[in-house]
Amino acid sequence: MSAGTLPDLSGHFGRYGGRFVPEALIKALDELETAYRSAKVDPEFQAEFEDLLLNYAGTPSLLYPAKRLSAKLGAEIWLKREDLNHTGAHKVRNVLGQALLAKRMGKPRVIAETGAGQHGVASATAAALLDLECVVYMGETDTERQALNVARMRMLGATVVPVTNGSRTLKDALNEALRDWVSTVETTHYLLGTAAGPHPFPEIVRDFVGGIGVEARRQSLDQIGRLPDAVAACVGGGSNAIGIFHAFVPDEGVRLYGFEAGGAGVETGRHAASITGGSIGVLHGNRTYLLQDEDGQTIESHSISAGLDYPGVGPEHAWLHDTGRATYEPVTDDEAMAAFQLLCRTEGIIPAIESAHALAGAAKIAPRLREELGRTPVIVINLSGRGDKDVHTAGAYFGILDPVEAVVPGENT
Amino acid sequence: MSRVSIAETFAKAKSDNRAVLIGCMPAGFPTVDHSIESMIAMHEAGCDVIEVELPYSDPVMDGPVIQKASDIALAGGVRTRDTLKIIEAVASAGATVVLMTYWNPIEKYGVDAFARDLAAAGATGLITPDLIPDEAGEWIAASDRHGIDRTFLVAPSSTDERLAMTLENCRGFVYATALMGVTGARTSVSSQAPELVARIRRADPVMPIGVGLGVGTGDQAAEVAAFADGVIVGSALIRCVLEAPDRATGLTRLRSLSSELADGVRRR
Repeated sequence: MSAGTLPDLSGHFGRYGGRFVPEALIKALDELETAYRSAKVDPEFQAEFEDLLLNYAGTPSLLYPAKRLSAKLGAEIWLKREDLNHTGAHKVRNVLGQALLAKRMGKPRVIAETGAGQHGVASATAAALLDLECVVYMGETDTERQALNVARMRMLGATVVPVTNGSRTLKDALNEALRDWVSTVETTHYLLGTAAGPHPFPEIVRDFVGGIGVEARRQSLDQIGRLPDAVAACVGGGSNAIGIFHAFVPDEGVRLYGFEAGGAGVETGRHAASITGGSIGVLHGNRTYLLQDEDGQTIESHSISAGLDYPGVGPEHAWLHDTGRATYEPVTDDEAMAAFQLLCRTEGIIPAIESAHALAGAAKIAPRLREELGRTPVIVINLSGRGDKDVHTAGAYFGILDPVEAVVPGENT
Repeated sequence: MSRVSIAETFAKAKSDNRAVLIGCMPAGFPTVDHSIESMIAMHEAGCDVIEVELPYSDPVMDGPVIQKASDIALAGGVRTRDTLKIIEAVASAGATVVLMTYWNPIEKYGVDAFARDLAAAGATGLITPDLIPDEAGEWIAASDRHGIDRTFLVAPSSTDERLAMTLENCRGFVYATALMGVTGARTSVSSQAPELVARIRRADPVMPIGVGLGVGTGDQAAEVAAFADGVIVGSALIRCVLEAPDRATGLTRLRSLSSELADGVRRR
């Protein structure tokens, strides 16, 4: 069971993954795969990618010993500070890699889907840096919820297209991006934002974000003097989780935990926990776990975290779940927000609400691991993004947005 | 009731020196009864084959018209079993029926059970827009067992190698997507379509070819009928119902467009 050999040649992780897309896209997927295979072994491409990661994105990100949080949780907690990357999340790694790939394929235009806007902003950033035209599809509901990110994308030169189909959220933005791609595939690269979708996207995205785990593993050996007992990450589509898991998969002593968005509670049906609360099916080009009804119609997901609010999950996570190599558990909105506040108050770090799910999950597993190991467990948590974008949501949740009367300039002087 | 197979339908049209007209309508749009009435009207007005589309929440191959109609059907509570009932009603009225569906609803139903129930309902074939032969092992076995024809899609971007492989796995007819894009009527017929049809014929001189995407008028149907064996029309027919002020007007428009298209496929 070596993860290094997966997916297989036809893009499957066991029974998961594959290509469930219109035939019209197959040639583009084949071209993408060919371009990626040659880029992967091209020292020039790798050097360019490394250079951008080091000198533009600000990686390797720190592995930070969170001492006050550790004391609260009864575990030795190390935070992989992806929140300190340029654009504030792990996603910059993927967009830089894919934008370089688009350049290599001679495609002058990239399209992307976005939910909260983080992947859209990251895509617009990479497109600006590498001089590519960028169109971002975003559900109309999300463009309203995330107006600041819409403005960010526009400042960076991207065109933002509000999607008014279906539920007007991330999954519909993804549908619309696929429709665009079917029509424009000759000139356009689809810069997919997570480790899901048709082969070869799950593999490409995993590899581009895989530096997170490679760095964390090396930093653990250097700074802790050993590998951690557990690695924890939040899982929506699952790119940050697969990014930090992948390098640790062969290390059998390292437990891998993915925390899904449990929303109001998996039992309420209002959640985004595809593995713990969904079933196996096909969505957006791959076979995986997803939220669906008895007829295989997609069920809308719910989470306080827009970045986790997606009814599917990457196929490699489905496979890691089935093989038992990784453990997936839900974390509710309330648990995530409690962890959000705890990190703010103990470490002076405002996390993305997505990442707060990983923190809350770590808090849950800490006592279990302590009992199992008979000592203080060492847990590395992927702090996948910073929380600036979530200040409004969190402020509303905690009721700390004081109603301030509108001040008209000049009136009070 | 004996089903008229797709192969017989194409053979008959060929001997009449015309193309087959395939008209598409989502099941349960806007209601189960209404969609049956629409499909029977299309059949009576000259559609040789009724392509029933199973409404799906995430139809990535479809443009805004079919997506909207599917959303309306799903909001009305249509279920997979309703789609099978609709097929049964339309096939009983004498129409040759094929189903078009995205893959997940079939996988959820159970692939073999679906093939069995589809055959029992009277459908002769299945069109799978997001299932390529590479992923279709289970479907190929089930459709063989239950005698359902398999229509896979080919596109202008398909390589010769993929054309040949896809045609080997088709039975009944192959669906040639006339352009690189999603469903929806266009103002002119794609210039890529004749070339794609010629490439398909070189790969397989026998397989009937249905051309879809962007056909909405009798003249366009005639243009496509000049080089293809079948003309597939969806969005333009659905718009007759979608945009009508009332049910009777919608049915009148549907009959009128169906017969215009039927004339078109006879002018080659």
